[in-house]
Amino acid sequence: MDDVLRISILFSAIRLSTPLLLAALGGLFSERSGVINIALEGLMLAGAFTSAVVTHYSASPWIGLAAGIVAGIFVALIHAIACIRFDADQVVTGTAINILMFGIPTLLSSVLFETAGSTPQIPQSNLIPNAPIVIAFALVPLVWYVLYRTPLGLRLRAAGENPEAADTAGANVAAIRYVAVLLSGALAAIGGAYLSIGQSSLFTRNMTAGRGYIALAALIFGKWRPVQTMFACLLFGFAEAASIQMQGVIPHVRVEYIQIIPYVLTMIVLAGFIGASRAPRALGRPYRK
Amino acid sequence: MRNLVFPLIALVAAFLVGGVIVAVIGDDPIETYRLLIGSALSWPDGIGYTLFYATPFIFTGLAVAVGFRCGLLNIGAEGQLTIAAFATACAGISLANVSPWLAIPITCFVAVLSGAVWGMIPGVLKARFGSHEVINTIMMNFIAVGLASALTQTYFKAQGDAILETKPIAVAAHIPRLGQILPGLPARIPVNAAFFVALLVSVLVYVFLWRTKWGYEIRATGINPDAAAYGGISVRRQIVFAMTVSGGLAGMVAINEVLGYRYRYYHGFSAQYGFTGIAVALLGRNHPAGVLLAAVFFGALTRGSLFVDIFTEKVSKDLVFILQGLVILFVAAESLFRRQFERWRETERYKKHG
Repeated sequence: MDDVLRISILFSAIRLSTPLLLAALGGLFSERSGVINIALEGLMLAGAFTSAVVTHYSASPWIGLAAGIVAGIFVALIHAIACIRFDADQVVTGTAINILMFGIPTLLSSVLFETAGSTPQIPQSNLIPNAPIVIAFALVPLVWYVLYRTPLGLRLRAAGENPEAADTAGANVAAIRYVAVLLSGALAAIGGAYLSIGQSSLFTRNMTAGRGYIALAALIFGKWRPVQTMFACLLFGFAEAASIQMQGVIPHVRVEYIQIIPYVLTMIVLAGFIGASRAPRALGRPYRK
Repeated sequence: MRNLVFPLIALVAAFLVGGVIVAVIGDDPIETYRLLIGSALSWPDGIGYTLFYATPFIFTGLAVAVGFRCGLLNIGAEGQLTIAAFATACAGISLANVSPWLAIPITCFVAVLSGAVWGMIPGVLKARFGSHEVINTIMMNFIAVGLASALTQTYFKAQGDAILETKPIAVAAHIPRLGQILPGLPARIPVNAAFFVALLVSVLVYVFLWRTKWGYEIRATGINPDAAAYGGISVRRQIVFAMTVSGGLAGMVAINEVLGYRYRYYHGFSAQYGFTGIAVALLGRNHPAGVLLAAVFFGALTRGSLFVDIFTEKVSKDLVFILQGLVILFVAAESLFRRQFERWRETERYKKHG
């Protein structure tokens, strides 16, 4: 009995950390290139909503997923243009996108389906319950390789650490940042799509419920590094899994107390144990030639 | 004057894009906006509700603005006002058999204090350990909601109540609705004395930031922390101080919500007030007068969007979030207009002088 419980907690921890991991890896590209991406929440919502709608009409989750990715890239493009071309404050722009993406899916779903923010149920056979898990965890070594072992990764990190030097060395800082932000849109959108057409079978109002913010916290927790970020995501996923499984198991402890543990833990770790962690040096700074 | 021009252009741009969205959806944008503005400005219901909705936005807008002035982004107003509403309700419940002259000041004090403490924590963490206030305030938003709902269920819920809310507070802690004071305004409209508190606090924040040494030091830190430190200002202390003041301002939302409107803590009462506060502060240029105007504007949008929801074919009240998001986006990317403006001025100059 205990073993069964343990294994099921482990598996559900992996499942629940998948959307976080996808969004966090997306955020990693963006932030390592120097663009703060607090818009992960909105990007996830864009992916979750679009893929649910398109899967509903096309009856194919793969077309749905592709459409979700396109939507994520499109929304990320708004963030990129505002931040890179127009030097907008990156945190503020990200917040704007989150508010915008809170409103747009609910508005559209009321037009398309006459509901207060949700899409119709998608039949079980049209869901993708496992593929995003594989994608997310396979991406971790891939992202590590790209980031630390390829010229592209070097340029990306240079753009985020010292854009002047990267520019002098012949790298196009703006182009790198555009690619990185758009990539974050694509990955966060897959994370969102996994919520609506993977774990669930429809989009509901504000479906991400702050997961984009948690992904961002995991990224900072993981010191902007892919493997550490994965462990941070697993921690959050594990806490969520535990709080679901513990419901009613310990009679006098409310489930909310278990739910807030990872948030408290994040604050403690950020304050005490993270050591000499620091953000990419040029994070949040627009670059002008 | 220039401080007004670009926010106004951003507003117009946001409404234009919003109008396009409305048109694409299949409603008439002009009719929608007429409905939106008309229902927000009618007397007494429109204006009464607009000011009622504006009240929390004034508090959260001021909270975010004080943070910004110190170079801090307080995304945690949402958590600060949640914990404050809960604490205020607890105080209000326990103050039965107390005179209003005591109950109201005490509960108001609890509102400010609890918000201030919740804001101070990320301030201390930033000052002491350098951990980023954005992450910590986000974490504390989740913690606030979790704590408030757990404690409500364990200790403060009325027996058999199916809704996640506390017992009602003592009547002595109720603050009056404006309808009970002002002639011509029906008492059914929930705008209450907290609106006057908000006006008063706006003035106080102005005096604090621009007429006191403390405010000067906060602003100096925000403009250039290195220069401030060189001038003998303790940047760490300013960070803690600004976050504490910011949290206290956000906590005042509880005066409107708990003492003036719902008379209890109600789970999920905040319609993203804390996040709207960011929009309000930005649109208002982090100045109390601007915050006031922006808050009333967003209050009007909130009121109007309810009518748009009911009386248009397709557009739902979520239009208000879209307009909010667009406004912030255009205010943030202001150089979009500024560059055009400067280019235009350049060419004008060329034309004149050849």
